[in-house]
Amino acid sequence: MADRRVVVVGAGPAGTRAAERLAAAGLRPVVIDEAALNGGQIYRRQPAGFTRPAEALYGFEAGRARAVHGAFEALSGLIEHRPQTLVWHIYDGALHLLCGTKAERLPYDALILATGATDRIMPVRGWTLPGVYSLGGSQIALKAQACAIGAEVVFMGSGPLLYLVAYQYAKAGATVAAVLDTSPFSASVKALPALATRPAMLAKGIYYTARLALRGVAVHRGITPVAIEGDDGVAAVVWRDAAGRERRTACDAVGLGYGLRSETQLADLARCDFAFDPIARQYLPVTDQDGRTSTPGVYLAGDGARIQGADAAELAGRLAACAALRDLGHSVPAAEFASLRAALAPMAQFREGLDTAFPWPAHFAAGFADSDVVCRCECITAGDLREVALEKGAPELNRAKALSRVGMGRCQGRMCGPAAAEVLADALGVPVEQVGRLRGQGPVKPLPIATEIVG
Amino acid sequence: MSAPIQADVIVVGGGIMGAATAFFLRRRGVKVVLLERGLVGQQASGVNFGNVRRQGRFLPQLPLANRSRAIWGQLSELLGEDAEFIATGHVRVCFRAHEADRLEAHALAVREYGLELEILSANELRARYPFLAPGVVAGSLSPLDGHANPRLAAPAFGRAAARAGALVVENAEVLAIEKPGDDFLVETAAATYRAPIVQISAGAWGGTLSARFGEKVPIVARGPQMAVTEPMPYRIAPVVGVFSDNEHEGMYFRQVKRGNIVWGGGWRGPAFPDLLRAYIDPMNTLRQFPMVTRVAPGLAQLRTIRTWSGIEGYLPDDIPIMGPSGKVSGLFYAFGFCGHGFQLGPGVGDTMAELIATGSTPIPLAPFHISRFAMQ
Amino acid sequence: MSRFRRLGETGRAPIRLTIDGAEVWALAGDTLMVALLANTAALRDSEFDAGRRAGFCLMAACQDCWVWTEEGERLRACSTEAADGMRIVTRGTAWRIDAS
Repeated sequence: MADRRVVVVGAGPAGTRAAERLAAAGLRPVVIDEAALNGGQIYRRQPAGFTRPAEALYGFEAGRARAVHGAFEALSGLIEHRPQTLVWHIYDGALHLLCGTKAERLPYDALILATGATDRIMPVRGWTLPGVYSLGGSQIALKAQACAIGAEVVFMGSGPLLYLVAYQYAKAGATVAAVLDTSPFSASVKALPALATRPAMLAKGIYYTARLALRGVAVHRGITPVAIEGDDGVAAVVWRDAAGRERRTACDAVGLGYGLRSETQLADLARCDFAFDPIARQYLPVTDQDGRTSTPGVYLAGDGARIQGADAAELAGRLAACAALRDLGHSVPAAEFASLRAALAPMAQFREGLDTAFPWPAHFAAGFADSDVVCRCECITAGDLREVALEKGAPELNRAKALSRVGMGRCQGRMCGPAAAEVLADALGVPVEQVGRLRGQGPVKPLPIATEIVG
Repeated sequence: MSAPIQADVIVVGGGIMGAATAFFLRRRGVKVVLLERGLVGQQASGVNFGNVRRQGRFLPQLPLANRSRAIWGQLSELLGEDAEFIATGHVRVCFRAHEADRLEAHALAVREYGLELEILSANELRARYPFLAPGVVAGSLSPLDGHANPRLAAPAFGRAAARAGALVVENAEVLAIEKPGDDFLVETAAATYRAPIVQISAGAWGGTLSARFGEKVPIVARGPQMAVTEPMPYRIAPVVGVFSDNEHEGMYFRQVKRGNIVWGGGWRGPAFPDLLRAYIDPMNTLRQFPMVTRVAPGLAQLRTIRTWSGIEGYLPDDIPIMGPSGKVSGLFYAFGFCGHGFQLGPGVGDTMAELIATGSTPIPLAPFHISRFAMQ
Repeated sequence: MSRFRRLGETGRAPIRLTIDGAEVWALAGDTLMVALLANTAALRDSEFDAGRRAGFCLMAACQDCWVWTEEGERLRACSTEAADGMRIVTRGTAWRIDAS
């Protein structure tokens, strides 16, 4: 059985814990990761030569970050780590890898996808201007490179990351011009019971908000974005406050984001079934409680399956590894399954609380002007989408893509997909689940034509 | 069950063949229903390369291709929508001297069909198309051919047919089809349709339907392996195809005005008509890379951002089934275009409409008759 | 004009690059994106509108930070480490389609 090949994709918290559990069972898993260094995005490591301590990078999570990094380092020699390697396709029981310009086919017996998440974006007029970055991207600039995205930064959107990144920026010495939260205060109140399932997490959220206030950072809730203005770069954010008054905040950079969206392209290429998740308002791969998908031998763990955060990802990674081991014929104690499942339960409830406190502003889609850009790769506007919906008969997203090119660019719909679905659903007057989801198409990321087959 | 919906003609299958047939039937005043299982132009018609090419075809198919080319030239006026047809020229290039001889022979042969090709030497080719590799030895240019957007063409025909009065029904899978008396009855989940004439233009699925009328055909489904690059400045005007004895060298590519370079060819992938899915085999994409850079080395600097496939119906002799049934009166076929139907689509629609409405057409269809596969 | 602001870690060794022919300084360990945007305001032209682009996600997802080298190589700035001597093109392309 030792010759069975188990592959883990992703070296963040979920991938690390999955690999650790597989190694503990005597396997030598292959761990494939796009980054040069392990840690994923949340525990992303700074390059060699940087000197900030973990506390400066990860704050309250420094201990967890150190633990995850340490766990991965302890696997040295016990796993086959393939950094800077992209899984660009999955086909017929094999991964297709790209490292530089070398392509390799790697068959697997079991596959654990721990592909993480990226920001969920709701566009706003002017969001393609230089100086507008995703919230997660804003955080990476600071965490991995000790940079701010500008001299005066507005953070706009919703979700816990909004406050965390603003706090981290202010603490690192950046000027935070404002925090503009689209979710109303009432939503937080409504979410309190669910959020209280993880009191420590709730306390951290309150701490960041209080710290921002202490530093004199203006925080506005219940706002509506109007536009990001500027000629060749960001000059100001125009927004309406909760009372409906139009306001203007001068700045040279904007961090924009509305929570996270799972990176599900590989699960899609592995032909896993998807279903609409009404809480996330997204189509997500269907899994059982341990991470098994509808495709035999393919497992999901962490934010790539559903957004539950780093702590949950560690548990889910280990649980998916247990499931894979059991399915491969290894003996895994029932108590281990039980304790992991039990530990994960409150995470799901907390997640629901976050989605209640920081709702995805689906209704903004109706307010886009026809000239507002939805798809930044191809410059496809809300008007283009409405035209194919109403005049050319596009009842679902893939047809809208075929007729309008939305989601056809380099990013393959990662950035525009959720918003495009909302614009289309609004134009058609149907629930968003009815317009479906953009089908994944390889390559997962741009593939050099100079690629050579090796191995 | 409510009474059947009566029409003069029921067209089964809303690819470019069926949609164009419905459109041209309406222009002849025929009452037509177009039934499409999914969305018009969603299968092979929507995912193919977009070639509007006449050279290199089976010679007896050229009258049809010429008729089609004439329609492509007026498509925007005809449909009131743009399918991005541009007559950029289509150039076939080769890497071996004996292949050049065959290009010349073909150029001679097609003249009697009214197709004028220009044979270009290696130097002439590179002067005109500096992106071509030094190893290219000769080429054949069809100056009036070009390319169009397959995602737009069939849906545009469908909408134009509807505007002209056709009943275009999408999401209408044919559950039963029979001819109990003078009329055909075609049943879908929502309604039953009745007409004295039926055209089967159901692509790779056409064989399943023809078999119900006792006309089995050895059709197989395969998936073209398509890819597209990131957008680049517009520098490659013509459609380029490689003429080679080795089918895996037979790549073709074009650049759209927005800048992306689309290619296909070489290998085919698996297609599953029952699942409505065809797949890219990633190894095929990788194997295509040296084949396209062999023709245009400058493509090696670029990246492919998307691949796709679709379900195409192929017949053993690599030509379609088109014309009347050999067994059932009032039944017509236009399916199985073996990966080269897109250019023909408008001409097939016009020709089938003419045949159905008048009983004859000057376009020779005998080579495409279903009776050549008299299988039981 | 620069876009990014360094908030620390400035004790690293300097490296030298060119951006559209102009020489600039960055630091060893910078991503190419940081090396460029600490010196200039944008990374590339948008293909389909008049605007410039300066990246967006910084985690290799949005693909909006691809730049060219003068030699004609494509680099995703956010996921490439800057190296001394890189010669980067941020305007137009360095695509050499002509074969001869």
